[in-house]
Amino acid sequence: MKLLTLFAGLFMTFASQGIYADELNSGDTSWILTSTALVLLMTLPGLALFYGGLVRTKNVLSVLMQCFAIACIVSVLWVIYGYSLSFYGDGNFFGNGDALFLGNIGRDALSGYATTTPESLFVIFQMTFAIITPALVVGAFAERMKFPAMCLFSALWLTLVYIPACHMVWGGGLLADWGVVDLAGGLVVHATCGVAALVMAMVLGPRKDFPGPSLVPHNRPMVVMGAAFLWVGWFGFNAGSAWTAGTDAGMAMLVTHISAAVGALTWMTAEWIKTGKPTVVGIATGMVAGLATITPASGTVGPQGALLIGFLAGLVCFYATQFIKGVLKIDDSLDVFPVHGVGGIMGILLLSFLGTKGILSVGANGDFNPMTQFIIQLKGVGVIVLWTVVFTWIAIKATSLITSLRLSDEDESEGLDLIEHNETGYHTS
Amino acid sequence: MKLITAIIKPFKLQEVREALVSSGVEGLTISEVKGYGRQKGHTEMYRGAEYTVDTIPKIKLEILVGADSSSRIIDVITKTAGTGKIGDGKIFVTNVDEVIRIRTGETGNDAI
Repeated sequence: MKLLTLFAGLFMTFASQGIYADELNSGDTSWILTSTALVLLMTLPGLALFYGGLVRTKNVLSVLMQCFAIACIVSVLWVIYGYSLSFYGDGNFFGNGDALFLGNIGRDALSGYATTTPESLFVIFQMTFAIITPALVVGAFAERMKFPAMCLFSALWLTLVYIPACHMVWGGGLLADWGVVDLAGGLVVHATCGVAALVMAMVLGPRKDFPGPSLVPHNRPMVVMGAAFLWVGWFGFNAGSAWTAGTDAGMAMLVTHISAAVGALTWMTAEWIKTGKPTVVGIATGMVAGLATITPASGTVGPQGALLIGFLAGLVCFYATQFIKGVLKIDDSLDVFPVHGVGGIMGILLLSFLGTKGILSVGANGDFNPMTQFIIQLKGVGVIVLWTVVFTWIAIKATSLITSLRLSDEDESEGLDLIEHNETGYHTS
Repeated sequence: MKLITAIIKPFKLQEVREALVSSGVEGLTISEVKGYGRQKGHTEMYRGAEYTVDTIPKIKLEILVGADSSSRIIDVITKTAGTGKIGDGKIFVTNVDEVIRIRTGETGNDAI
């Protein structure tokens, strides 16, 4: 009898853990731990391989190096002030310095956002998002930007663009107050990196050989390996952004996968019709477009919405890519804007109409109305695009005052691997 | 003595090499080369845009032979490397003044 009482007591204790939101939940914690690892895999090696394969033989190491260095630089800055300015305080654009150097975060502290998980975990989970965003911008200036300028620019860009965007949307800033819905970073990650890519491509100017016959990917198998890492890693990106290990995470993972597959098929088909052949770089790029587009919507749409989002992602991003390089002649070298910028913004707007009422109302205003939400989302896009254009321009101009941005034509022909790093990716013997 | 230089399609290498060995050729030099002739380059695609690549990969064979067996070897290469399609390659024949085997110092036909 005594034993039975003990069991009953234990049962009560366990049961109560599900009731109070401010207690640690080991299921949620395990999932966010896993997601954090998945999101880091998206940058290293995912994005690094994806970009590395797309450039020419002589620049493969420079791109891997840029992604690697950004991962390290951002990690340090995130600890010093990034996390604090993003997630503490309630300013419109920036947070405050209450958590500088993460000084106030104790071992037992729970996150104020993902309230059933440790704050230390929330710090590093968000850090992996801060890492991949400037790493995505690398695609715009690949094959021509000097390494010191790249390091300085990325640090400034994180500070002036990523951190305020993160605070505005996720950290209780202006856009959060307006009710903008962006589960995993259609605005915070993809719109910012895409718009920044366009600004960078225009400020730096095209590669010496652009447009020319030599600008084809040097290692397509590497592109496919990178893309596969991105696909799997994106499960952590979107389903991890549910911040719990429950139904929201399950649905986010499902719709993410659907959109990736449909985006890939659509791009492949569009290219097949236009050029006569389905290509492996095409199917991989369509997959990335599908993933970028579902990112903001993955907390609000269902499987049918995901089918439509994936389809539009593949189609619109494919033609946007032709438009930016072919018509506007802007050398956004690895097509960051047409894939991530266009995709992210499209997802942000589409979710107003495709989000299911009950779910969307959690993220937005109480009574959900598609047009009302659309206007809110549109205002959000306006603020983020404008902010990104202005502050990316300031970041690159400030960098150019301190160090030169581009290699000489001669050095650019020689390749960044040898000129900037004294190494080469491949030896014949 | 003659130096026969043949530019052939890469997928024909194995067949040509086997035919040369059965014709008594004792050694040859193989290089992977790039270039173009009437076949011109080829088209590659990148995200919906077509790029013309000026050069295509070929295999270059260099074979030293005695003057008397030159036409027979040329015949073997022509027969085995040919597909009848554009891009089959070319054979050049040049006179060789001297050949020396480094190990023994032998010269002329003895060194082939």
